[in-house]
Amino acid sequence: MTKSTLIAAALAAGLLALHAGPAAAQSKWGPGADDATFQAMLKSSFKDNGIAKTARLTQDETQAFCSTPDNATDPAAAKKREAIEAANLATVKWPSDGKWLGDWKEGEKIAQSGRGLTWTDKAEQVNGGNCYNCHQITAEEISHGTIGPSLHNYGKLRDRDEATLKATWVRIYNSKSVNACSNMPRGGHMGIIDETQIKHLMALLLDPQSPVNK
Amino acid sequence: MGSPMKIRATSKDGVTEIKVLMSHEMETGQRKDASGAVVPAWFINEVTAKLGDKTVLQAQWGPSVSKNPYLAFKVKGGQAGDKVTVTWVDNKGDTRTDTATVS
Amino acid sequence: MHRLSTVLAAVCVAATAANAIGAEKDAALQGIDAYREALQDGNPAELFELTGEELWTTPAGPKNAALSASCDLGLGVGVVKGAYAQLPRWFADTDRVQDLESRLLTCMETAQGIDPKPIIAASFSKPEKERLVALATYISGQSKGIPVSVKPGHPKEKAMYDLGQRMFFYQAGPHDFACATCHGQEGTRIRMQELPYIPSTKGAASGWTSWPAYRVSNGQMWSMQTRINDCFRQQRFPEPVYASDVTIALSMYMAANSNGESMATPGIKR
Repeated sequence: MTKSTLIAAALAAGLLALHAGPAAAQSKWGPGADDATFQAMLKSSFKDNGIAKTARLTQDETQAFCSTPDNATDPAAAKKREAIEAANLATVKWPSDGKWLGDWKEGEKIAQSGRGLTWTDKAEQVNGGNCYNCHQITAEEISHGTIGPSLHNYGKLRDRDEATLKATWVRIYNSKSVNACSNMPRGGHMGIIDETQIKHLMALLLDPQSPVNK
Repeated sequence: MGSPMKIRATSKDGVTEIKVLMSHEMETGQRKDASGAVVPAWFINEVTAKLGDKTVLQAQWGPSVSKNPYLAFKVKGGQAGDKVTVTWVDNKGDTRTDTATVS
Repeated sequence: MHRLSTVLAAVCVAATAANAIGAEKDAALQGIDAYREALQDGNPAELFELTGEELWTTPAGPKNAALSASCDLGLGVGVVKGAYAQLPRWFADTDRVQDLESRLLTCMETAQGIDPKPIIAASFSKPEKERLVALATYISGQSKGIPVSVKPGHPKEKAMYDLGQRMFFYQAGPHDFACATCHGQEGTRIRMQELPYIPSTKGAASGWTSWPAYRVSNGQMWSMQTRINDCFRQQRFPEPVYASDVTIALSMYMAANSNGESMATPGIKR
């Protein structure tokens, strides 16, 4: 297990090193894609459909910054990344009743569901967490994505103390607090999932009874 | 009168391989449309294949066969130039016959 | 001595357990690959090619003209062989960069007298859109095995590529998704679906050269326009207008990145 993790880490490091070159050269877009032309294209190319309105194309500061790919790793952008992480951290709302963990069984359902917020979804329906799309979570579910790290044994590998609870909550509520250009959606901050759903996901990851930690 | 089938037939060492692609909705009768009404069952329930004048395959199908069914089978006999005729009939009584030449 | 062998045995067990999890995943992925391979024979896309060919050669519209006698896809009027492999490209008559489907709309309007607006507005399940997809399927089949030849040269082609590249990385919406969120790393997947890394030649080609494709899971024929439309849906973006510049820009980005790779259209997907 440790061996394969090490190899994976080494491979990931190698890939990052390879990508640093071309990405750095890409700090400016080609001359055909200046801001005015690009915005005009967005305006003429999209239309409202159901709950998915064109207003969604307007970026917040985090999205605008992370849409330049080398900003995620460029040392020159480190200060800006820190500022974005701090701004996102400030949005995090902690559990209103001081309780961190819900029901892991409900958490598993939320992790399995990828529904919600597309133009074929309804405003009143409950959104899913999309978790399995990118993460391995329980060992039983082999249909999982690999964009995010494996969360199998998440609670087992950590001390179940206040620091872990807070760090996990922040990750789910607003992942950009920890990594400015993380690929992970900001579940709580963007209103994709609510406080109760986050508690259920917390339980899936941290409850000793959860299959994640068996 | 359904849409045309695509039939390919090749003969080698006294064995003819026949491949048929049929165009059909194959509606199971289990689905509901957007308004909640059941979409009526509509599927091919009889398939017949002839090599020359001889019937070489007869099949009874049901709603579990996929949309746009693909059928491939081999029969002894047949040679280049022979005619392959495939006919289907669906549960609404619609039918379609297409032919191809063995190569 | 005894103690040492016990330690070694424990190490071996740990390594085997780790490999077993890996092997199980590989078996699942291999199973999907075997299924994909089995599907190759008897691709129902051929049925759509038949329909598309008929639509291409049959006179239609208020002007009762056949596209095969009036439509120039870039290689001359009526020429379909290899036409899809050199699109998108700039056309002098419209002074626009066009992909196959936007070009077909132009031909239908100018030669056949058919108003493109209802076609653009229609959903993909409507007959007017299905006709366009069938035409695209037929024409794409006439480029099967032919290398992609898209090298932005005209200033508008270069600009379209630049716009497509910028769009690829543009994050927005409630999930902060860009195309690059899923297609910007090598070797990742969503659930069991492996994702092409679009900035590379191989990755771009695995996407670009395999659409239009028949999707077995829902029995639908999808063009590249359908594919891009559904990507944006899953991205939680608003809907792209059919044949709009953003769809052509992304097509140009993918096509130019896969220049030289062979077209494998029409494809089949699970």
